[in-house]
Amino acid sequence: MGKLRFASVWMGGCSGCHMSFLDLDEWLFDLAEAVEVVYSPVADIKTFPENVDVTLVEGAIANQDHLELIHTIRKNSRLVVSFGDCAVTGNVTAMRNPLGGADVVLDRAYQDAQLLRPQVPHDDGIVPPLIDRVLPVHAVIPVDLYIPGCPPPAKRIRAVLQALIEGKPPEMIGREMLKFG
Amino acid sequence: MPRTLTINGQEISARSDQTILEAARDARIPIPVLCHLDGLTDVGACRMCLVEVAGSNKLLPACTTRVQEGMEVRTDTERLRAYRRQIIELLFAERNHVCAVCVANGHCELQNLGIEVGMEHVRYDYLFPKLGVDLSHERFGMDHNRCILCTRCVRACDQLEGAHTIDVMGRGAKSLIIHDMNVPWGESITCTSCGKCVMACPTGALFKQGSTVAEMVHDAEKLAFLKAARERKVWNV
Amino acid sequence: MNLEELNATATSERLARMKKRHHMYVCVGTACQALNSEQIAKALQAALKQSGQSSEVEVKCVGCPGLCSLGPLVEIESQINGQVAPGAAEDERRRSVLYQFVKPEDAGEIVAHLDGEPVKRLETPLNQPFFTRQTKIVLEHCGKIDPERIEDYIAVGGYQALLKVLTEMTPQQVIDEITRSGLRGRGGAGFPTGLKWGTVAKSDPSAYPTNVPEGIQSRKFVICNGDEGDPGAFMDRSVMEGDPHRILEGMAIAAYAVGANQGFIYVRAEYPLAVKRLRTAIRQAQRAGLLGSGIGGTAFSFNVDIRLGAGAFVCGEETALMASIEGGRGVPRPRPPFPAESGLWGCPTLINNVETLANVPPIILKGAAWFASIGTEKSKGTKVFALTGQVTNTGLIEVPMGISLREIVFDIGGGIPGGRQFKAVQTGGPSGGCIPAQFLDMPVDYESLAKVGSIMGSGGMIVMDDSTDMVEVARFFMEFCMDESCGKCIPCRAGTVQMYRILTKIQEGRATRRDIQILEELCDMVKHTSLCGLGQSAPNPVISTLRYFREEYERKVNGAQGSEVSVGSEEWGVGKLTAHSA
Repeated sequence: MGKLRFASVWMGGCSGCHMSFLDLDEWLFDLAEAVEVVYSPVADIKTFPENVDVTLVEGAIANQDHLELIHTIRKNSRLVVSFGDCAVTGNVTAMRNPLGGADVVLDRAYQDAQLLRPQVPHDDGIVPPLIDRVLPVHAVIPVDLYIPGCPPPAKRIRAVLQALIEGKPPEMIGREMLKFG
Repeated sequence: MPRTLTINGQEISARSDQTILEAARDARIPIPVLCHLDGLTDVGACRMCLVEVAGSNKLLPACTTRVQEGMEVRTDTERLRAYRRQIIELLFAERNHVCAVCVANGHCELQNLGIEVGMEHVRYDYLFPKLGVDLSHERFGMDHNRCILCTRCVRACDQLEGAHTIDVMGRGAKSLIIHDMNVPWGESITCTSCGKCVMACPTGALFKQGSTVAEMVHDAEKLAFLKAARERKVWNV
Repeated sequence: MNLEELNATATSERLARMKKRHHMYVCVGTACQALNSEQIAKALQAALKQSGQSSEVEVKCVGCPGLCSLGPLVEIESQINGQVAPGAAEDERRRSVLYQFVKPEDAGEIVAHLDGEPVKRLETPLNQPFFTRQTKIVLEHCGKIDPERIEDYIAVGGYQALLKVLTEMTPQQVIDEITRSGLRGRGGAGFPTGLKWGTVAKSDPSAYPTNVPEGIQSRKFVICNGDEGDPGAFMDRSVMEGDPHRILEGMAIAAYAVGANQGFIYVRAEYPLAVKRLRTAIRQAQRAGLLGSGIGGTAFSFNVDIRLGAGAFVCGEETALMASIEGGRGVPRPRPPFPAESGLWGCPTLINNVETLANVPPIILKGAAWFASIGTEKSKGTKVFALTGQVTNTGLIEVPMGISLREIVFDIGGGIPGGRQFKAVQTGGPSGGCIPAQFLDMPVDYESLAKVGSIMGSGGMIVMDDSTDMVEVARFFMEFCMDESCGKCIPCRAGTVQMYRILTKIQEGRATRRDIQILEELCDMVKHTSLCGLGQSAPNPVISTLRYFREEYERKVNGAQGSEVSVGSEEWGVGKLTAHSA
């Protein structure tokens, strides 16, 4: 029996979903038996590999880098999972959207709200440019599975991963599995 | 005059002046509601309680449809479930509902219905409208981002408090809950600060100032108690 | 006015008219008026004065004769020898000529040719199919009488029907007559009018809680729905502008039949001319004792007031309309209870469309059998349509029910201009559907239109040629419904926005097949779950264009699979993982 090639990605989010993932505590040992982590913020891997079985995506699509990476992820993954509210709905990351485009948001953050040397950082290639509208992952690529929650509780993450390891669709029913926030 | 009808195949009896919703509740058959609130009149606006009635080519709102002899009602067909999920998704996409930072997180009827209809994501485009928050009232706040325009606050203010401070302005998706003639809430001359609108609100749109995330509990059932106490002199909650 | 006085007025009016050698009818409906037609009437008067013929020639400002695309129109009826009896349509001693695109400066030439050959460069034949293929009941006086003179209406038999029912018939007999005629609601839904009247007549005002304002005695009401809001529809407007007394008479007869003493005409404020003429008509009818208390010397009283709509399309929906008359926000409420049982201020209320009421006086005068002999088995009488779009003759037509779309578009409408091909005709306004060429020979009646996914609606008929982008048509109507949604119920308020966004996405080439799937799901949901007719029919243009012109949608979406695969379906990729599991 081969191990699942497993990846997790951190995009426009606070990393809370990954923290919650680490809250799986001792079950992480069981998980390590069943999957091979091929890409993750907690592993030192620079490029997104090919032939990934399951990719958990934390965070919304908020900048140019996310946009490029998410297409690579879709191409190289059998199963893309929106992991947590930002990936599923845009959530807090998308709260800038009603303000308007990227420039408005940058001005607000680096000019209006600054007392000392207000300036919008412009250095191409250093900071990825923001896209005008933060989007949930499924607005950009097809998504196979959604895990809501801010963050999704560890029990919920475990239930999903357990099902995937066993090769069956997880049952996303009820408060335990579906509550947002 | 009692009426006999079936709901989901189960035979029940009801009073002739009861609605399908009331009859179903008496029989412990759940029907999801959102704009309905015990103690207020029904407006049939949210369409969550639509049911199938044999012989009717239209779906009927359980909250405003009276029972009839021999009615055959279905409350939970696959089609109704699909419609309900679509309605809830439309609401989540319409304004800026961010459960994670909402005062009503964990005590929200919209959030609960999301769970009930099995919504794990929203298939529609989020509209991200630019909407305001009114904190001009000394005790309460109104966040239009979380308002679903169910008009429960409008009816509570009109029917239970009698002030009719709150109404709706504009139309369609641009509708907005307003105070008096669209003045900041704190400047309303008719508002009695009774808080019944806050109790009536199903989401985090109306809240007590100073509440933080997940702290706001609405106590909506107090309104039904109030109505019974006032009109029928009944005080058992 | 009792019957005797009414007849006396009619006779003297006719005699006065017979003294004139020529009658000039200048259209002052909204469309012709916009082209300065009132100036034409003045110029004709001046020219007659100059040639000393003022006393022998009458210039009349009249309502719409129908052929708006050729306006301003002036019709001249002349006697050949002896005297002319106006209104005697087939009178051989009469010659009629119709002038198109008339300008005020043509007045001199028109007057100079009164007794000679017509002015060739202005003439348009009166025997063209546009006129000969029509059957006029509702519009019989439009273009023939001055809408601002009650005497004109009386001269052509006006108010005879009202006095007939008041003096010779019981309310039940009136209802029976209307029932036998087979008249159905011309607002679009096609509900049997007699049945509706009967329900209101039988309804007990004390069955539901009521809150009638002080000063109103009536406990039943008649409302005329003149809130015509469909894009490209102007049937009701033309009747209100061209023959307003007809509506008052129809309302009064209805009021007598159902037992109401107070009526309201709800007109949109965007029809200032219709409002003005209705106000004038009400005043004149009151003065003549044909409205008010003790009509025609009988014990029956009936007052009519006008209420203006403030520009919300949804106020054409009966429950929203009543909310608006009551002074509330114009939002619909669930039915039942239907207005016939509990309507305005909780009282039994009869709501009929302008055209429905305009059919009532002739049914009373000529009998139900006459009316029922026109039209088809289930759709009796005629229907007025506002013919617009890519068709040679645009304007107002009245045709017998059961006529084919082909006759309307190609005979009456004169076909498609510019050598283009017919593509579709949209009936029923934003609530209707697009009917493709394959159904051109279908009869126009309530059931047939519904069968092909459209509706009769109030009578808008928009012809489209092969240059039309059907997705854009759907998007146009969806935008209209989105803007006009009252916002009360979620499916319509939020659903129309999402449908509009998807249609926009399709138009901008950003959509996938999955978007079409979501659009279709939304259409189904909004249609079946919305609170009122506006929402329930908002998806119709999308549904019908998807049904008949799906390839246009398909062409616009790229081949990419849309986002998301649903969990648990066969498409879901979990099966691909089983290879790795034990």
